[in-house]
Amino acid sequence: MKRVVTAGLAGGLFGVGLAISGMTEPRNVIGFLDLFGHFNPSLAAVMVGAIGVHATVLFFLRRRGDVGAGTAASDATSASRNIDRDLVVGAALFGVGWGLAGYCPGPAIVSLGFLTARPVAFVAAVLVGMVAADAFRRARAPRSTGDYFALSER
Amino acid sequence: MNPWIAPLVGGALIGLAASLFWVVNGRVAGVSGILHDVVLSRGAGRAEKLAFLAGLVAVGVVGGRFFGVASTSPAPFGALLVAGVLVGFGTRLGGGCTSGHGVCGISRWSPRSLVATATFIATGALTVFVVGHVVPHLVGAP
Repeated sequence: MKRVVTAGLAGGLFGVGLAISGMTEPRNVIGFLDLFGHFNPSLAAVMVGAIGVHATVLFFLRRRGDVGAGTAASDATSASRNIDRDLVVGAALFGVGWGLAGYCPGPAIVSLGFLTARPVAFVAAVLVGMVAADAFRRARAPRSTGDYFALSER
Repeated sequence: MNPWIAPLVGGALIGLAASLFWVVNGRVAGVSGILHDVVLSRGAGRAEKLAFLAGLVAVGVVGGRFFGVASTSPAPFGALLVAGVLVGFGTRLGGGCTSGHGVCGISRWSPRSLVATATFIATGALTVFVVGHVVPHLVGAP
């Protein structure tokens, strides 16, 4: 139960950070990506603030020999160790969608709370894309059992 | 007010939230992965992940209702749907989004996350360039 409460607090704090920094406004995000137009650097400042705090916390944890409360199976940073084609192709496709809409998953979920139709439609489309990606990975699984990277390097 | 303060303070809160979620819950605050696991999988920790998403939505409800932060994407509806599918497919294949790779991954100096972040910023910028500058030129905007 305690862990559910802290998770809710973490989500709330994360959301407040997104809202204060203007990242729930898609025009600010598109402005950051608009290098040859009305460039808006605020997203870079958000990244500096977020990485500055989180990297510092992780640094002191590591110095104490602590790695946090557990291992984060199935999450972004532990799914695979290799820089493979899936990573680059996936990130590239994500970037195109991000630039088109000005939404990435975090701000889109916060925007669900605005109680308007468009964020709901966007998040529903995100889930459709995730189902498709899972199906795509399952469909090719037989030829990529074992180390996908090793196979693709052959 | 200095225009850098709000993004820096907001970013610091995001870093604090990611730290809390890691230290206490042992989980990476990657929103695309959390969304996937809550809606589309039966894995461990679903209650915690659902609570994290509920926290995000709650901020939208309160912020939109009382603090005037409600906003919407300028993309046409069809483009919004295409964008959503690309974001879902891409984050699943690439193992993360702006939060998982961009904030959490880079904070732990993960080479995968550095490559992913550089890649999605590059294709995002290219997309905005094409949609914002090339297409209007082609359709003959004055």
